[in-house]
Amino acid sequence: MQYILMNYTKPAQIATAEGVAAAAEGGLWGAYTKALVDAGVLVGGEALHPPSTATTLRIADGTRDIHDGPYADTREQFGGFYVIDVPDLDTALMWAARNPAAADGAVEVRPVLMRE
Amino acid sequence: MSEVERKVEGIARLSYGRLVASLAFRIGSVSGAEDAFSDALIRALEVWPEQGIPRNPEGWLLKAARNKAVDRIRSEQLAIKYRTEIDMLLGDLDAEEEKGSVDPRLRLMFACAHPAIDARLRAPLMLQTVLGVDAQRMASVYLVSPGTLGQRLTRAKAKIEQSGIPMTLPAEKDEYDARLDDILAAIYAAYAVGQNGAGSGDAKATSLAREALWLASIICSALPHAAEAHGLFALILYTESRRPARTHTQSGQLVPLKEQNPKFWLADIVEDADQALCNARQHLTLGRFQIEASIQALHMARRRTGETNWDELQILYRGLVQISPTVGAMTGQAAVEAEVSGPEDGLKLLDSIDHLHRDTYQPWHATRAHLLARAGETERAIGAFEKAIGLSDDPSERAYLVAQKAKVLSGKEL
Repeated sequence: MQYILMNYTKPAQIATAEGVAAAAEGGLWGAYTKALVDAGVLVGGEALHPPSTATTLRIADGTRDIHDGPYADTREQFGGFYVIDVPDLDTALMWAARNPAAADGAVEVRPVLMRE
Repeated sequence: MSEVERKVEGIARLSYGRLVASLAFRIGSVSGAEDAFSDALIRALEVWPEQGIPRNPEGWLLKAARNKAVDRIRSEQLAIKYRTEIDMLLGDLDAEEEKGSVDPRLRLMFACAHPAIDARLRAPLMLQTVLGVDAQRMASVYLVSPGTLGQRLTRAKAKIEQSGIPMTLPAEKDEYDARLDDILAAIYAAYAVGQNGAGSGDAKATSLAREALWLASIICSALPHAAEAHGLFALILYTESRRPARTHTQSGQLVPLKEQNPKFWLADIVEDADQALCNARQHLTLGRFQIEASIQALHMARRRTGETNWDELQILYRGLVQISPTVGAMTGQAAVEAEVSGPEDGLKLLDSIDHLHRDTYQPWHATRAHLLARAGETERAIGAFEKAIGLSDDPSERAYLVAQKAKVLSGKEL
């Protein structure tokens, strides 16, 4: 089964694109990504530019509403994700526990809807 | 929670466990027995810290449960049956308890470890039925959502009832021995899981580790001649005694055993552990937990001698790996071999462990990283450190490994 692991982290640590890139390559995230690859479970994933670069669009009452910034104004922000292929949720949670975002923010784990 | 509160809670849970086990045995339903006493336990946990522990804790719980049992059970027939059984239990309490009767919790634990119950569920099942620990508290430590764990436990209890898993001790020796091994393995798993999450001061994990200790002590007092039970108890106590030394107070980093300052080890717990190991050695059967406890005892000797006897450890590990060739035992053995005859020998042992077991076993990579660094293989050591970091789910351990990796990168000795 495929699961998405969504990384929610406090953006203060990763304020710039260079910061994001460095963090992605760096000690913790790089090691984690490599572990997923070596275990043969990584299907895909991306790191995103920081939340300040987000733009959110909504259409309500026929009016378009665009605002600068991410969808939710929460302390922890969506910063990137992994998609992994593992036998069950227990295994997915085991990998989520190793995700650096778990210690610092949160990791949301959700099953991916598979297209037939 | 204060020390006093913890003691009160301990006594409440132990009394609760005895009653649940007794009633479950009589009515043939674990969940029914839990239903009967759960409100009484909640009440006790509210009232006893203020009013003090009653002189007869079980009598108190039984009286509190007597009428509640009726409220909770829908079927009139069942309600009458439960009330009758509870009255009988009350009667038993008033009469002198016969010496040498089986601790009812032991029967319950044997049922929980039945082969028909999923091995991964045995530990949480025992914690819940024997000690009244709820799924909410256990779930995060077991990396499962509380709802899921609750459901699985409910199904397991239903299975005990519906498939007629007997709440008795197996009569046949081989079956008894195998089941006892499974119980001890489950208690150890309960402790180890609690330990894993306790690296960074996780209070839930720490308290679960303590519950596992309670289970171990119940088995020891119920089965005083079971050497491995005492061995397990000693093993867990030795590990517990080092808890304050495990995390660096300033940096929050993990402090591995080799670098721990023995003055932070809790002396009175070590004494209890020594006593338990002594009890184990009174009996002639040797097993994996006794060996593991003896290994711990050797490490703890550093508090008196200032040194570690690696040669003795080498002998013990060879024995351990012979009877229990787990990836954990072999990894530990490799570390000791390296101390005795150099990192290359340790690395050879590590490489002999098959890929299936070692690839995602974090301590294998961490040990290998250290040995590679000591053997002067800097590049491969860095790779191994990264592997160990990526597989770690303990932030304090990660911080330690990141620091070690940085040391190797800057050419410093580990």
